[in-house]
Amino acid sequence: MAASSATMFDLSLLALDAPGWGGVLLKGFVASLELAVGGYCLGLLLGIGGACGKLYGGPILRDLMEVYTTLIRAVPELVLILLLYYAGTDAVNQLLALFGVGPVDINGLVAGIFVIGVVQGAYSTEVLRGAIKAVPPGQIEAARAYGMSPMLVMRRVTLPAMLPYAIPGLSNLWLIATKDTALLAVVGFSELTLVTRQAAGSTKAYMMFYMAAGVLYLALTLVSNVAIGIIERRSRRGMARPV
Amino acid sequence: MSEPLPLSAITAPHLPKGRSLFEPHRLFLMAVFAVIVFCAIWFLRWDWIPRYQDRLIAGIGQSLLMLATTTAIGFLFAVPLGLVQVTGPWPLAWLAKGFCTIIRGTPLLLQLWLLYYGLGSVFAQFPEIRSSFLWPYLRQAWPYGFTALMISFAAYEGEVMRGAFAGVPKGELEAGRAFGMGRFTLFRRIWLPRAINRALPTLTGETVLQLKSTPLVATITVIDVYAVISKVRQDTYLTYEPLLLLALIYLCLTGILIAAFRLLENRVPTRGA
Repeated sequence: MAASSATMFDLSLLALDAPGWGGVLLKGFVASLELAVGGYCLGLLLGIGGACGKLYGGPILRDLMEVYTTLIRAVPELVLILLLYYAGTDAVNQLLALFGVGPVDINGLVAGIFVIGVVQGAYSTEVLRGAIKAVPPGQIEAARAYGMSPMLVMRRVTLPAMLPYAIPGLSNLWLIATKDTALLAVVGFSELTLVTRQAAGSTKAYMMFYMAAGVLYLALTLVSNVAIGIIERRSRRGMARPV
Repeated sequence: MSEPLPLSAITAPHLPKGRSLFEPHRLFLMAVFAVIVFCAIWFLRWDWIPRYQDRLIAGIGQSLLMLATTTAIGFLFAVPLGLVQVTGPWPLAWLAKGFCTIIRGTPLLLQLWLLYYGLGSVFAQFPEIRSSFLWPYLRQAWPYGFTALMISFAAYEGEVMRGAFAGVPKGELEAGRAFGMGRFTLFRRIWLPRAINRALPTLTGETVLQLKSTPLVATITVIDVYAVISKVRQDTYLTYEPLLLLALIYLCLTGILIAAFRLLENRVPTRGA
């Protein structure tokens, strides 16, 4: 009994080198970070495209975007991840077979980034659409009056001007992205949660490893919060303070 | 005196109001969609559905039961969590804030596994617990799934309730005090109802998020609808069909949930904010 509770919090198991699992956990953490950053960036690109499609696209494009955001936001992320993970890798292999190339083993990281990105894209579409609509139309008209092309208006006026409105929503999405990476443990991608489970399973020190992983996730969230605060203050320079 | 028309109303191209379902492009899209659905029914295998029908319905029931109980009890915990952050003494406020931060800062899947594998293994080490009347329950998976989901909902909703409590106008509370209400009466008659009223719109979103979290309990062997679908996939070696059905089921559940909340919101009288 006493021995078992001593092994439960045996911190030497967290050592970075081979008998300890610290290095494995950190590798998993880095994998989670890569997933989150990649998925978030892909989601942002999809979101900009989706928001423009919803705001400026033709009727068919607008409806398709509506279907995309509604479907993704109504189905659990876990189900989407399973569907997209298998369907995505399958589709690529079928496409390659069409060109007469044999099936390739798709990198788990790329598939994971794709999955997180597609899910995030739906949410950031909504955030960015709201933010773009909040930009005073006079600013966009002024840009047009200067003879800027639509792309230039987008790059020089709309996107920078909408940032203060988008940043609260986008930072929330970043926090969600970091936590959604844990779901990829279910499809067997070795990110932090899955390697934690493996470490805990093979050492039987369940409590300690799950808590260690929790501390890593929490640290990521807290550091992100500090960074978000700085970015938010910067983006609000020159705007009237809320009373 | 007429309000001057805002500039945007004149210049910006507005979306046509009340776009109908039967515009030409919609009909075209619906036709394409119908063809896709037909292909899915025709070319994919669905013959396994009758065999698993009963289990699927039981699984949906389990998921909904999880959702209803965890949101209801989680909300009961969320009210004090929000309240002490607004008005409580600092150690309590600090504790509640820490709790919300920790739960909201770590993935639900990790919390679930921490409770089930971690706490479960700790419980198993104590003979006192093993021989207690609770052990038959603690050996099962659902108490851990229930606790994890409930804690998560309480933390997220507690944050919402904090904002809602803080946002009730001071004048209303002062008016209550001027009527000679005690602290508890004031809370019961004015502060809590007004706060819930303010939190109601976000409650829909939080509940939908909670519905989307319920399939995670399948990873700790609770038999909900997701677990039934996983069983189908193992038995039949089908990749897509069960998952597509699962997505459809969740789509319907989300739709029903949103419709139900809209009905509820329309019944609650609101004026202005």
